[in-house]
Amino acid sequence: MSAVLDSHGHGHDDHHGAPHGWQRWVFATNHKDIGTLYLLFAFTMLIIGGVLALLIRAELFQPGLQLVNPELFNQFTTMHGLIMVFGAIMPAFVGFANWMIPLQIGASDMAFARMNNFSFWLMIPAAAMLAGSFFMPGGAPAAGWTLYAPLTLQMGPSMDAGIFAMHILGASSIMGSINIIVTILNMRAPGMTLMKMPMFVWTWLITAYLLIAVMPVLAGAITMTLTDRHFGTTFFNPAGGGDPIMYQHIFWFFGHPEVYIMILPAFGIISHIVPAFARKKLFGYASMVYATSSIAILSFIVWAHHMYATGMPVTGQLFFMYATMLISVPTGVKVFNWIATMWKGSMTFETPMLFAVGFIFVFTMGGFTGLILSMAPIDTQVQDTYYVVAHFHYVLVAGSLFAMFAGFYFWCPKWTGVMYNETRGKIHFWWTLISFNVTFFPMHFLGLAGMPRRYADYPMQFADFNMLASIGAFFFGFAQVYFFFFVVLPAMRGHGEKASAKPWEAAEGLEWEVPSPAPFHTFENPPKLDATATRVIG
Amino acid sequence: MKNNLFQKLASGLLFVAAWASTAAWAVNDLPGGPAVRQLNLQPGATKIAQEQGWLHWFMLIICTVIFVAVFGVMFYSIWKHRKSLGHKPATFHESVKVEIAWTVIPFIIVILMALPATKAVVAQKDTSNADLTIKATGYQWKWGYDYLKGEGEGISFISTLDNEQREMSNNGAKGVDVDDYLLKVDNPLVVPVNRKVRIITTANDVIHAFAVPSLGVKQDAIPGFVRDTWFRAETVGDYHGQCQELCGKEHAYMPIHVKVLSAEDYAAWVAGEQKKMAAKLDDPSKVWTLADITKRGEKVYAANCAACHQPNGKGMGSIKPLDGAAVVLDADKTKQIKVLLNGQNNLAMPSWKQLSDTDIAAVISYTKNNWSNKTGQLVQPADVKAAR
Repeated sequence: MSAVLDSHGHGHDDHHGAPHGWQRWVFATNHKDIGTLYLLFAFTMLIIGGVLALLIRAELFQPGLQLVNPELFNQFTTMHGLIMVFGAIMPAFVGFANWMIPLQIGASDMAFARMNNFSFWLMIPAAAMLAGSFFMPGGAPAAGWTLYAPLTLQMGPSMDAGIFAMHILGASSIMGSINIIVTILNMRAPGMTLMKMPMFVWTWLITAYLLIAVMPVLAGAITMTLTDRHFGTTFFNPAGGGDPIMYQHIFWFFGHPEVYIMILPAFGIISHIVPAFARKKLFGYASMVYATSSIAILSFIVWAHHMYATGMPVTGQLFFMYATMLISVPTGVKVFNWIATMWKGSMTFETPMLFAVGFIFVFTMGGFTGLILSMAPIDTQVQDTYYVVAHFHYVLVAGSLFAMFAGFYFWCPKWTGVMYNETRGKIHFWWTLISFNVTFFPMHFLGLAGMPRRYADYPMQFADFNMLASIGAFFFGFAQVYFFFFVVLPAMRGHGEKASAKPWEAAEGLEWEVPSPAPFHTFENPPKLDATATRVIG
Repeated sequence: MKNNLFQKLASGLLFVAAWASTAAWAVNDLPGGPAVRQLNLQPGATKIAQEQGWLHWFMLIICTVIFVAVFGVMFYSIWKHRKSLGHKPATFHESVKVEIAWTVIPFIIVILMALPATKAVVAQKDTSNADLTIKATGYQWKWGYDYLKGEGEGISFISTLDNEQREMSNNGAKGVDVDDYLLKVDNPLVVPVNRKVRIITTANDVIHAFAVPSLGVKQDAIPGFVRDTWFRAETVGDYHGQCQELCGKEHAYMPIHVKVLSAEDYAAWVAGEQKKMAAKLDDPSKVWTLADITKRGEKVYAANCAACHQPNGKGMGSIKPLDGAAVVLDADKTKQIKVLLNGQNNLAMPSWKQLSDTDIAAVISYTKNNWSNKTGQLVQPADVKAAR
């Protein structure tokens, strides 16, 4: 019996009558069902975005244009970015939040169950509009996921569809964030003070505030683009006295906190997995909370490090360089804390822990390249080259995506009631880790040697590393197909060893206090907690 | 199962390596551009680029040392503190001293990193006292160069990707083994060695970026705005870069080629360019036919005169009409030439002596033979020259 696909086992004692069939999903107000919807949606978008990535890599397999023309190539890079950021990573973390936050804080559901439904179902038309823009006259937007003006002003009608889709996705994110904040602040079980909250809840609380702060900023930027395109305003159009650089300031004021929106919940997931498999409490809980908050606050004052090449005054460059370098301090604290948690533990390496260690190791490489990029003089060399591409895939793929895989393997028994297949999980891990590095490590070399990003064709000297990256990318893509068909689907169908309420020996938290799979309704009455707020005592 | 997987992966990688080596094009390193399978930054031809290269090594070494130290600890722990080895978990979970230490120490390291970087930023941004100032304008999809100040002032040309190479790209670059694939242009930007060259960037349509890695410059070219950067190349040679800000369809096809010449060669190049420019100028002793010169004059009139005198030549308000005006119709053409050269009415009609002899002759011929003015008079550039 799996809570994901089937709720018969506990339908009887449920007076609200869990709806069945399609109504269960379309009218879903249950946080677990909505969480499942979010995760499946995000995985679908991951595959669509992934196919676009593979089309890009296929074109770049050799120098010269073989498969697509440069215009279509630009559409691929743009849509790959937009779909992965707004369609895959952000919704996936909201899915984790929906499933886990009520379970972790001992709440019966999310605070606004119907708004929760709305914020999920809003994403479907938005995603359809975004992905469907390929079929509009002139094709999909091709101005890069950053949508820099005035290039966006040259785009066809699909640009408007893209802008509208992002407005809807933004509205959905804001509603999701409000829901998460209200749930966390109002619905914690008695006794769970803020400083006893699980780290995943903490990181999501901070993330939700970041989202509310910056999504309207993005909405403003793209609305101004829209009025520039159609209503004769010239916010960003230099021909009418507008300022294209202003767009970049506004975009990155959203964009940089956005980067942390995509990584902070990952930090939270890792902070649960490392202690569970080291059989030792998380080291420095309080400093983890403070570090997360510092990262969030600093993320608002570093945006222009994306813009060194625009030609800022020297004081501006120095300020943003210093502020950016400063972020490495709280990020370092987090890495040190994880390693200190592992130190003198009693470790085992099931798949969640493998992905968590993989995350720490590979994400830190992305962190170091970030520090190198923060230095304005080095950035002069590598800004807008493949070095940047390598850097943000190290933090977003090896960071966010690895953490989500870790979280999936960690909580899958709770979601489905069965253990995933450990051998297959390990195959997935090693396959993913190796192909990831084969894909993205050579991009550092390409970038240092000067290969610009978003290029459909490149000088011959870059050929070998591009070929290697393309081959790695296809292996990486197939690993995720394997993951879905050989790990996720069997678990969702309930195939596998039955999971106990707490399948991980040293896992801590309220989610392990309810049976596996988690019943349709949990914590209908606030549980009584022990002093650490990790156990239910009545 | 696991062994099997590793074998498969290993054989896959071998296959890749074999393929890469056999499929390798017979391509060589490009001096001043990328080398084949280059691992690091391009060798710097300017102090700034060398400084950037040094900074990169400096950061790379510090980061690698920290990385090895931190992950040495982690892997030691993974190796020793395993359940399978019977290691019992310790119970510590905080230590204020340790936590302060690993907050303060990275902070100090970061400050130490910032010091040389600050120096480099300040040096990079100092565009003052340039020997030569050149404006680089980004167009979709080519570069325009205007020599604004210094030796070669007035030179101006457009630089585009070699058309054959663009064709090669469309044809899948099959069998292509040129070393400067996608980097060859028709007119390279020519500059003298050991001179401070200030590049002013702007753009005509969307944002582009003027970037030459071996010279250590990258500066966005922004429409409606002017930005600048500089370099002082220390060695003669060819340096290659590409546009580095997404600018639409042909983004990958607008390279930058900077040719650095010795002072003498540069002077010779400038002389050659100036000769070419002079050749393009009108020969002031040319004798024009009426039809040709009025055609030319129509353009000059539209560009300079029509704003006040109106396209119909009737003037407006205090602006005198030209249609039917006595001075225009006068048989003595020197009268009108004098008005154009010196102005009239306290320069309410300004002097146009900055126009070339040909342009002045053309516009006068035009006004004398347009609208209701049908004098049939023809003013030659030589007449204007004589009146100056």
